[in-house]
Amino acid sequence: MPQMNMVQAINDGLRLEMRRDPRVVVMGEDVGKVGGVFRVTAGLYDEFGDDRVIDTPLSEGGIIGTAIGMALYGLVPVPEIQFADFIFPAYDQIVSELAKFRYRSGGQYPAKLVIRTPVGGGIRGGLYHSQSPESVFIHSPGLKVVCPSNPHDAKGLLLASIRDPDPVLFFEPKRIYRAAKGEVSEGDYTVPLSKAAVVREGSQVSVIAWGAMLYEALEAANQAQSQGIECEVLDLRTLWPVDIDAIVPSVKKTGRVVVVHEAPRTCGFGGEIIALINEKAFLHLEAPPVRVTGFDTPFPYTLEMDYLPLAHRILPAIVETARY
Amino acid sequence: MTLAAVIPAKHSRNPNDVLAPGVIRVMKDDGSVDPLHDPALSDSELVSIYTAMVRVRLLDDRLVSLQRQGRIGFHIGSIGEEAAILGSAFAMRKDDWIFPCYREFGAALWRGMELQRYIDNMFGNANDTVKGRQMPDHYTAREVHFGSISSPVGTQIAQAVGFSWAAKLKGDDVATIVYFGDGATSANDFHTGLNFAGVFKTPTVFFCRNNGWAISVPTERQTASASFAEKGQAYGIPSIRCDGNDLLAVVSATREAVARAARGDGSTLIEAITYRLSGHSTSDDPKAYRQENEVEEWRRRDPIARLRRLLTTRGLWTDNDQTAAEGAAQEEMKQAIAVAEKTPLPAQSTMFEDVYAETPWHLREQAEYLARCPRPVSKH
Repeated sequence: MPQMNMVQAINDGLRLEMRRDPRVVVMGEDVGKVGGVFRVTAGLYDEFGDDRVIDTPLSEGGIIGTAIGMALYGLVPVPEIQFADFIFPAYDQIVSELAKFRYRSGGQYPAKLVIRTPVGGGIRGGLYHSQSPESVFIHSPGLKVVCPSNPHDAKGLLLASIRDPDPVLFFEPKRIYRAAKGEVSEGDYTVPLSKAAVVREGSQVSVIAWGAMLYEALEAANQAQSQGIECEVLDLRTLWPVDIDAIVPSVKKTGRVVVVHEAPRTCGFGGEIIALINEKAFLHLEAPPVRVTGFDTPFPYTLEMDYLPLAHRILPAIVETARY
Repeated sequence: MTLAAVIPAKHSRNPNDVLAPGVIRVMKDDGSVDPLHDPALSDSELVSIYTAMVRVRLLDDRLVSLQRQGRIGFHIGSIGEEAAILGSAFAMRKDDWIFPCYREFGAALWRGMELQRYIDNMFGNANDTVKGRQMPDHYTAREVHFGSISSPVGTQIAQAVGFSWAAKLKGDDVATIVYFGDGATSANDFHTGLNFAGVFKTPTVFFCRNNGWAISVPTERQTASASFAEKGQAYGIPSIRCDGNDLLAVVSATREAVARAARGDGSTLIEAITYRLSGHSTSDDPKAYRQENEVEEWRRRDPIARLRRLLTTRGLWTDNDQTAAEGAAQEEMKQAIAVAEKTPLPAQSTMFEDVYAETPWHLREQAEYLARCPRPVSKH
C-alpha cells in the first residue's frame, strides 16, 4: 500500500468517488485550476473539467446556498470552505436550511452535502485561520460532524460521508495535513461514521481526542506510561452522532477521563462528552472528568502554542486525574 | 471635481408607478390590451386563471377568519398579489420548478397541489405534508415541482440558482422560478444568488413581488435604487419591470424569462409592481404604519377586479359565473376544513423522525424519555 499524507488521501478519495459517481461535484474558492490553497483538490480539474470541479465566486453563503440547490436537483456536491473560520457567512444556509431540509419538508426534500473545510491551529494562522467551530454545528440537529486524524481514516471517512444520506461537516485538521502520513489503500473502502477508534489500550485513564490533538494525547499517554500510568486513548473520528458505545465502556473500565480539544472551553464538545459520561457512567467514576482545551479567548497568533492543548498540558491533567 | 448626481429613489408606492417608462403593462384602464406584450391567452385559459385567483382570494379571507377564531395559529397570505403569483405560475412549463417564498400557495394549487393538503398544513395535523413541524403556510409539494418553504428571508434564492444550475449541468431543459419580496432584495442571498446566476448563466427566473412593504418597512427603506429591477444590471442579468396587478403583463414577462432560460441565455430578474393589501401576516396590524388612503388607491387596482372587467368585456364571465365560482370554492374549502379539523394531530414520536435518514441513538433515547413523560396539559 502506498504511503500518503492527509492531503493526498483526501484527494485520492475525492478522485475515486468522482470516477465512481458522476453526480459528485466539487466546488469552492480556488478548488479548480489551482487545486485548492492546500492542494487537496489538485488534479481534479484536469481530470473532470469545469462542470464538476467549479471555481466559484468568493461567497461562502453562495457556495453552500447553491450547493444545496444542486443537491435538491440530484447532484452530490462536495463544497469546500477554504478555512473553517470563513464558514460563518454560510452559517444561515447550513443551520437554517441544510440541517433542517429533510425535517421541515416532512422527508420530501433531503438535502445532502459534504462540506469539507480545514480546521484547527498550530499553523501560524492567528484568529481567522485557526479556529475549531465543531460544537456550533454539533448543536444544530440534522448535521453530522466528522474529523479524521490520519490519512487512512480521512479517505475512508470521506467516502462514507459522501455516501451517507445526511449532510456532513467534514473537518480536516490542517496542522497534520502533511505531517500525518501512513499507508492508504488505493482501492475503494469506507470507515464507518459514528465509530470511534481505540488507538491505545490502557486501564487507568481514558483520554478522548480527535483530529490533530490526537497526537498530543498519544504523546502525553506515552509520557504518562513512564510515570506508571496506563492511558486508553480514543479517537472519536465522528464527533456527531458520537460513538457512545465506545466512550462508556472505556470510562467504566478506567473510571477516569480527560477530554482534549482545541476549541474554546465553554460550551465546547468536551462539556457534552462529560455530561454524557455523567449520565451513563457516573457510578464508575473515580475522579472528576477533566477538560484540556483551548481558552475562552479568540485564537491568538504569537501565543498559539500556549493556547493549544498540547501534550505538556495534557500530561499533568492525566497525572492529576490518575492520582485523584 | 464634480460629483455624479445621485438619482433619488422613486418608490412612492403610487399605483401610477406602473405607468413609468419601461414597465410592461398590457391591460389598459379603458379595457383594451397592448398588442405588443399581449400573451394572447385563450378564453379558457383566462377563465381558469381568473377562477383560480377568486379561489385564492376566498381562501385568504377564510384563513384569516379561522385564525381570528383561534382555529389555526397563523396565516400569511397573498391578497392583492394574485395576478403576480398566478400569472407567473401559469407561465412556467410543466417540467419547470418553483422555489417559493411564503405567499405562493396560489402557485402550488395552480400546479395541482390538493387543497386538502394545503388546509391540513394550516392545521398542522397528521396529514400535513410537513407533519405539523412548521408554521402554517410552510407546506411542501414535491409532486408538483414545488419546493420547501422556510421562514428566513431570501435563502431560497441561492438554492434556486444552484437547482437550476444543476439542471443546466445535466443538460435538462428545466427553468426554475424563485419568488421573493422587495425586502429580500436587501438580504445576502439575493445578491450572492444573482451574482452566481450571472456568472454561470443559470436558467433562473428571479421573481420579485414588490408589494411595497416588508412588514412595516417601506420600499424606500430597502433601497436607494430607482427600481428593484435595475439591480439585475450589476450582475449582468436582464431585468423586466411589469405591472404586477396585470395578469397579462405578468404572463408576458415570465414567458420572456422562461424563453431566455430555455435558449441557454441565462437568468432574468422580474420586478412585479404590486401591493400587499393585507397585513404582513395575521400577526401584523398595518394601521400602525401606513395610511388607509394608500391602501384604498391600490384597492382600486385590485388585480382580480381588473381581470374580471376584461373577461366581462369579452363576454367570458357573468355575475352568475361569479356566484357559481365562489359557491364552488366555498363548498370545497368548507369540506377541506372540516376534514382537516377532524384529522388527528401527528403522533408524538414523529417529532424525532426525519432529523436524519436513520434515527441515531441519542434521538431514540430522547424519544423514549419523552414517551415516559406526562403529556402537556394545554396546547399552548
